[in-house]
Amino acid sequence: MTTTAAPAVARPIETKKREVNALNGLAHIALFAWAIATAGPLIWVLLASFKSNTEIFLGQPFALPSSFSFGTYVNAWSEAHIGRYFLNSVFVVAISTAGTMLFGSMAAYVLARYRFRGNRFLYYLFVSGLAFPTFMAITPLFFILKNLGLINTFTGLILVYIAYSLPFTVFFLAAFFKALPHEIDEAATVDGASHTRKFFQIMMPMAKSGLISITIFNIVGQWNQYLLPVAIMQGAGADSKWVLTQGIANISVQAGYHAEWSTLFAALTLSILPMIVVYAIFQRQIQAGLTAGAVK
Amino acid sequence: MRHGKYPFIIGFLAVPVALYGTFVVAAYIQTFQLAFTSWSGLGPITYNGFDNFERLWNDDLFWRSVGHNLYLLILLPIITIAIALVFAFLLNEGGGMHRGVRGSKFYRVIFFFPQLMALAIVAVIFGRVFSTDESGMLNGLFPDSWSPWLFLADERWALTCILAVMVWQAVGFYVVLFSAGMGSIEREVYEAAALDGASRISVFFKITIPLLWGTLQVAWVYLGIAAFDAFALVNIMSVDRGGPDGATSVLSMMIYRNAFEYSQAGYASAIGVALFFLTLTFAALTLRVTRREAH
Repeated sequence: MTTTAAPAVARPIETKKREVNALNGLAHIALFAWAIATAGPLIWVLLASFKSNTEIFLGQPFALPSSFSFGTYVNAWSEAHIGRYFLNSVFVVAISTAGTMLFGSMAAYVLARYRFRGNRFLYYLFVSGLAFPTFMAITPLFFILKNLGLINTFTGLILVYIAYSLPFTVFFLAAFFKALPHEIDEAATVDGASHTRKFFQIMMPMAKSGLISITIFNIVGQWNQYLLPVAIMQGAGADSKWVLTQGIANISVQAGYHAEWSTLFAALTLSILPMIVVYAIFQRQIQAGLTAGAVK
Repeated sequence: MRHGKYPFIIGFLAVPVALYGTFVVAAYIQTFQLAFTSWSGLGPITYNGFDNFERLWNDDLFWRSVGHNLYLLILLPIITIAIALVFAFLLNEGGGMHRGVRGSKFYRVIFFFPQLMALAIVAVIFGRVFSTDESGMLNGLFPDSWSPWLFLADERWALTCILAVMVWQAVGFYVVLFSAGMGSIEREVYEAAALDGASRISVFFKITIPLLWGTLQVAWVYLGIAAFDAFALVNIMSVDRGGPDGATSVLSMMIYRNAFEYSQAGYASAIGVALFFLTLTFAALTLRVTRREAH
């Protein structure tokens, strides 16, 4: 690209420009097609949520509905209980993410910065949980909870969410705490700060960026859980405690029996819209949080 | 410094270790114990040696499920990584000489969104997208003269439909992940290549991919783990939960049904143990195949 070399590279640059233009055209088409493929089903769900059953079966998926009425949304919210499932999910995820972060960072901190016998053993015990899929142990897990009287309770679900989120949280945060400088640590000790105080007032604030990433990671992961709630929230009266994913899957089955597709589409829209709003606001942090989790 | 160290360590570790030990470690260990019993989930536990494994060996559905898991295990990472790499390269030009196409930020935002949706909700949506009548999005789009496509109701295509949904959901995440990786490749490398007159394609294969190898390895492992699961998709989308006629059955589905529907806790645990060894094999193979820069 230097001017002195101009005569020698003039030709290659010219042909390269043409190549770049042609490729850019193709690139735009491919990217645009994938954007449509991504957004298409979601837009279709939104449109169908306003349609009557007859309109849904007309075979014009992207035609506008003849009228926009919110009746289907009222049905989804109250009769199909989307409101309740939504609040159940919020409740469970709020408590279990908070618990995961508290216990995960406590364990990670001790394992990363204190030497004691069994340290490595415990660390690898936590990390090995990353390697195996949850449903491998789903059968005994159910019976452990049953023996503790925790089947079909929020407490049981929350404790299990925390336990199964610990491997990644500990793995990620231990690396983070390890990298924090020792000088500040020592200075605090000299000033007479207790271990606990040091953790909450010095180490936690210093690890803030890592804590935020892994909090986002855990919120998204726990909010999207399906297998654990389906296995744990069962039995008499379980449906009042279902979380969102479970509730929607059930509405989908019910919709098939009663041919009430528009209620299903309204329920889906209600579950997707809040995510779009949150994503629109925090899109940068969410992308960073989730991918940081993968790279570390 | 030493004052109160051990009480502190024990205090901080007690709750996390207790939770993890009770619900994760104990559950995994009991899988191995229950695999050697004929336990139904109620009453006394009786051991039956290797009966469950003998039964597994002769269970056609088990072998078909293993086959389906392997199909996903091979195709999900290959297809997802290929698409995501190309898109990430187009959006960033590998961080190098050109700046990437216009609107790259917009694309990254749109592509990533499915990653935030629960697989269960994605499954409900695509169950409707693939509906065999005109109410389905795809059959509604196709002209009437094409006889309605069966999608999930067609034994030959059902599993591929599920694979397609997994790819649909995953691509955006890996576009963002690879973009981050490409962003950290130094500009000078690309500038040098540009001066040498390297074409885009050779830049892609000779610079971007080798320098991104570590990230690709991570992507492969993540997608491999995802391929072993697929429970939500199969449970919600597929005809008859694993059908038609077993065409979409996977190991997670088999474990769930045996444990919670057929009252075969022992047999379900044996499938869990088989899965354990499959996962170990996958991990070992991945480490072997992708070990490249180690020496």
